[in-house]
Amino acid sequence: MIRLENLRIELDGFTLGDLSLAVRPGELFTLLGPTGAGKTLVLEAVAGVMPVTSGRILLGGRDVTRLPPERRGVGIVYQDYALFPHLSVIKNILYGLRYHDGDGADARRRVDGLVDRLGLGPLVNRSVTHLSGGEKQRTALARALAVRPEVLLLDEPLSALDPNFREEIRDVLKELHRELEVTVVLVTHDFAEALFLGERTALIRHGRLEQVGVTREVFRKPATPFAAEFVGMKNVFRASFDGDRARVGDLELRLESPPGDGASHVAARPEDVVVQPGPPLLEAPNLFEGRLVATMDRGAYREASVRVGEVVFKGTLSPKTLLEFSGMESGEVHVHVPPPAIHAF
Amino acid sequence: MKRLVRFDPFFQLTLVCSLTVAAFILGPLVEMILQPSWSGLREALSDKDVVASIRLSVTTSGTAALVSFLVGTPFAYLLARKRFPGKKLLESVVDLPIMIPHPVIGIAILSLAGKNHWLGSFMQQLGIQLMGTVTGIVTVLTFVGLPFYVNTAKTGFEAIPSRLEKVSRSLGASSWQTFFRVTLPLAWRSMLAGLIMCCARAISEFGAVIIVAYHPMIAPVMIYERFTAYGLRYSQPVAVWLIAVCLALFFLLRFVTLPRETKA
Repeated sequence: MIRLENLRIELDGFTLGDLSLAVRPGELFTLLGPTGAGKTLVLEAVAGVMPVTSGRILLGGRDVTRLPPERRGVGIVYQDYALFPHLSVIKNILYGLRYHDGDGADARRRVDGLVDRLGLGPLVNRSVTHLSGGEKQRTALARALAVRPEVLLLDEPLSALDPNFREEIRDVLKELHRELEVTVVLVTHDFAEALFLGERTALIRHGRLEQVGVTREVFRKPATPFAAEFVGMKNVFRASFDGDRARVGDLELRLESPPGDGASHVAARPEDVVVQPGPPLLEAPNLFEGRLVATMDRGAYREASVRVGEVVFKGTLSPKTLLEFSGMESGEVHVHVPPPAIHAF
Repeated sequence: MKRLVRFDPFFQLTLVCSLTVAAFILGPLVEMILQPSWSGLREALSDKDVVASIRLSVTTSGTAALVSFLVGTPFAYLLARKRFPGKKLLESVVDLPIMIPHPVIGIAILSLAGKNHWLGSFMQQLGIQLMGTVTGIVTVLTFVGLPFYVNTAKTGFEAIPSRLEKVSRSLGASSWQTFFRVTLPLAWRSMLAGLIMCCARAISEFGAVIIVAYHPMIAPVMIYERFTAYGLRYSQPVAVWLIAVCLALFFLLRFVTLPRETKA
């Protein structure tokens, strides 16, 4: 549905690209990356409101690179909603209808459906300036969907919302996507959001593509050290390999299976790395003695940094372990990195 | 706490200076308004030349504002929205008329419109003459008033997030339609304020106009002539009526811009 071919955008002090990417029809695709990675630029280029330096943008096989935004059939919802402040909720929603063909009554029925679906009924005559964040978001969604775009672009639709609105809008987004069969590209910097919403994801960093794939796969098997850290693997180490052994500094880690060709790193999530006080209770592979360097409260669990030789592992202390820990000052612990938890790339 | 503030020498200084400034501005104006007798004012109003000059001042300034509006709006929009090489330079060029001494402006415009210049001779072939004509007055007034309109309108456009226009385009509106349905309804207050400022600036111009057109006579030239020919007492009534017109513009400007200021 959307195909970007060597897309390049040059601005003062920032260059995006070259970026090549394909989004399938009807897909909910997420563009993931830290703030300032250029995600919004990609959306604006697809919408046609950001001039492209070079490369091509194809929508449904049609080259739209030089087409003005009003002829692309691409809807966009910005993070700050960009509602027209001088118009009421319903006038915002109806804004684009006059530029689109189709039976007036039919369009009106469709808009009524959207208004109901998004729970905007009681608000239609209100001014948009005094709506809550969630209400503004839903109005912006209704406005974009009212003209039946083939592609809907969502720029961080959830990040500006209160946590309780966030879940509500997240569910609405997922349902609307299923019902309307519209191709959706959603920008986010939150991997959990991408995991919940998107079938596939593209990870962007400094205007370049870091990794593209099924979201769950990117989560499980990041391809670069940056991707690994971004999806929450806080233990990322350069490594050399020998069969199913990985050498990290002066440590040898056993892997579940030999890594693929060209692998140069290992990574593991702190949730999978177990930190226990005292001597080990039983023998297991990748069990190391170390010294506790720091702990950090993460709410449900406590993260511990443990130095083993030259290597510092980040692992998890269970609440139960925490109790046993309280009297212990020596900091002598052992770290267990189960082989299945180690991702080599 | 209140006592502390009241006897703070710095605060007292600011107070004294504020009163001095207000008195400095209002003193001469109030005195000039109060000095002429009612009969003198009435007499001035029944003087056809005076009425004609004030009317000419208002119409030429209004025309200058209109020209500034037509040409300046797209220009101000361009300056507010686009980044391009030489933009800073162009912005400085717009401000030039504010800096240049007024008679110099008149001389500069005449030197371009004279018979010796190709543009001047071309314009004369078309029947356009600037020396001593209403066209000349409007040209000069537009020259001095344009920066005020462009800068005010530009600030107004800049205050509108460009995302609103981007969304409008994505919803199917062309750039024209977007301007009239989104930009204009949000910026009209600034544009109107710019028009009034342009108009006010134009109506007060004297130095450039007297070079280009002593006749037909606009109000400031008329005041000058009455002053040099007959003295202070005869120029005052005309001046009072001109001030009345300017004050009307001034209050209109305050009225137009006030709601936005309280909102911000």
